[in-house]
Amino acid sequence: MQKGDFSKDFVEKIAQDEPQWMRDKRLEAYSLYESLPMPHTTEDDKWRRTVDMRTQDYWRRTRRNLRGFAVENYHPAAETNGSASVEVDDGAGVIVQVDGKPQHTYLSPEVKKKDVYFADLHTALKERGDLIRDYFMTQAVTLETTLKSGNFATRNKFDALHGAFWQGGYVLHVPKGVRIEDPLRVYIQLSEEQHADMSHVLLIAEEDSQVVILEDNSSANPDAGGFHCGAVEIFAGQNANVTYGQVQHWNRQVWNFASQRAVISKNAQLCWVTATFGARLSKLNQAIVLEGTGSNAQLLGLAFTDARQHLDVSTAQEHLSPHTSSDLLYRNVLKDRSQTAWGGNIYVYPNANYTDAYQKNDNLLLSERAHADTLPGLEIEAHEVRCTHGATAGQIDAEQVFYLMSRGLTYDLAEKLIVDGFFEPVIERIPMETVRKEMDEFISLKLA
Amino acid sequence: MNNELIIKDLHISVQGNEIIKGLDITVKPGEVHALMGPNGSGKSTLAYGLMGHPSYDIESGEVLFNGIDVLELEPNERAKLGLFLAFQYPTAIPGVSMANFLRTAVSAVRSTETNGSENIELIPMREFRVELREKMAQLGMDDSFARRYLNDGFSGGEKKRAEILQLAMLEPKIAVLDETDSGLDIDAVRIVGESVSSLVGPELGVLIITHYPRLLDYIRPQFVHILLDGRIVESGGYELTQLLEAEGYDPIREKHGIAEAVQENTI
Repeated sequence: MQKGDFSKDFVEKIAQDEPQWMRDKRLEAYSLYESLPMPHTTEDDKWRRTVDMRTQDYWRRTRRNLRGFAVENYHPAAETNGSASVEVDDGAGVIVQVDGKPQHTYLSPEVKKKDVYFADLHTALKERGDLIRDYFMTQAVTLETTLKSGNFATRNKFDALHGAFWQGGYVLHVPKGVRIEDPLRVYIQLSEEQHADMSHVLLIAEEDSQVVILEDNSSANPDAGGFHCGAVEIFAGQNANVTYGQVQHWNRQVWNFASQRAVISKNAQLCWVTATFGARLSKLNQAIVLEGTGSNAQLLGLAFTDARQHLDVSTAQEHLSPHTSSDLLYRNVLKDRSQTAWGGNIYVYPNANYTDAYQKNDNLLLSERAHADTLPGLEIEAHEVRCTHGATAGQIDAEQVFYLMSRGLTYDLAEKLIVDGFFEPVIERIPMETVRKEMDEFISLKLA
Repeated sequence: MNNELIIKDLHISVQGNEIIKGLDITVKPGEVHALMGPNGSGKSTLAYGLMGHPSYDIESGEVLFNGIDVLELEPNERAKLGLFLAFQYPTAIPGVSMANFLRTAVSAVRSTETNGSENIELIPMREFRVELREKMAQLGMDDSFARRYLNDGFSGGEKKRAEILQLAMLEPKIAVLDETDSGLDIDAVRIVGESVSSLVGPELGVLIITHYPRLLDYIRPQFVHILLDGRIVESGGYELTQLLEAEGYDPIREKHGIAEAVQENTI
């Protein structure tokens, strides 16, 4: 098996069959990657909560939690012998990818007939080069410092690494006026030991279109160490209705870094569901940009961490235009010695009057050794706005447990019911029954 | 044996303060007992102690149910034996529907699994629905009640009716009703009273804990006990409630030389 590495030679190797513009883009990202230091978990505010928060000795814990992580230990895909551990139903369309290499791609004739384009990104680069050139790391996730909202403002070493070495991922393009009722599905897997998944996701829904896409990130091998350094870019055109769900359940040896951003046009709607169960450490930057008047976004998050998992999520709700609305609800359940950090910001730009924005993060701790940090924030520059935010963190309520136990439930069953009830406000808003069922299964697995 | 609840010389303390100071009572299936006492006499302490709330320490004494030492058991094991407590202040569990909770509870209580595993087999949905609908109709409750989150945003009356629905579904042998009439208006007391009375029969023994005899108009007890300062000071028949209604607790206090108690600890 051939193994890649994170070297300039390997960038050249990946880029050899790609258009010149992509090759240049990769090399530009590579030089940025080389020039940036690894994020400093003491000095860099964006990374302060990516370390063990229980040791609040700021002056000593330099790079503390990223200890054990070194980019050189992982290999971007060259070849893989890994095979998928998922059984897929083709449905309306499906892509299966293992260690950055596409293994199965299907789009039903009915959907294909509507000129929907759904392919792995390498194939897309050959077949739809111009489309990719317009959208790929140009507007949503970029390496520039032009964005005001801070979330992506700092030049991020991992985004640069991704820009240089991206492999795998997919593009979905839904033309104007096309509506796809059945969800499209994507399975992204890591299989071989110390592989890096550098998937790039590009969802482009044109004017008046409608689409549901469900993506699953998992490990084919429960013990193999791995590294995910990914990006997701979503574009909802005017009046479009996009639902994107991502379920991350890598095994607990995977380091997960991702930048994800959606740009939402006039009167478009986005429902974005993020479920996190896996990874050793996950650092997720997620932003929605409400660019067009009347646009609306729902950000739903649920996470269940255990053992020594560490989940650090930063969200940004950027309101650029008037009459935009956003609603964020993130609920985390923590077991054992796991930790979650959530920092969310609502930005309302001067022009964005009549913004209606909401954000809420709730944490339920099932263990006294678990730790949750929550940091909601507002930056408002318009006058006529309604912004609400809130955050809670608390241990499981002993009175609730006693009440349920007095009705015959064992402690474990009582705990399960309380956890289910805690997630319910998120789950009931997930528009797909199959996804709700899947969530229930993952939650039960975590409690077992 | 025969599903009797026998309490012998029970002492219970809360945060180091002795609240129940040697209490004896026996409740048999088919019997209705009323335990009456003013605020602070230890009524709720007895209720929580019987069900095994971790904040209530049993200092000494015995509680036997069907010959089994209940004090050694977890609250869920007590429930499985057939002991039920209708809470004075039922706890809300947001996000958990009444139906889902009841199906889990009924399955747990009827489960033959004895190893304490959480992998109980849920009773079939259809079977459960039929039973739930039947019981709700019997208690005059609307179907929509089953879809609401457990005690979440319930009015005082709804909470108490939800407790009685649980009593009806779980079919215990002995039920302790802790101040089930408190905080209810006259109509609500009537509804709850009639509901409980419809469940009373030769298979069910009831211990009604109350400081006010109103509820007893609907469920007439054969035995009435008066609790003052952690002890039963008088026991008798229904006529005792009339005496209380007419004269209050003061004459009994005087008779037994007990000063008015401080406010009871509630959790």
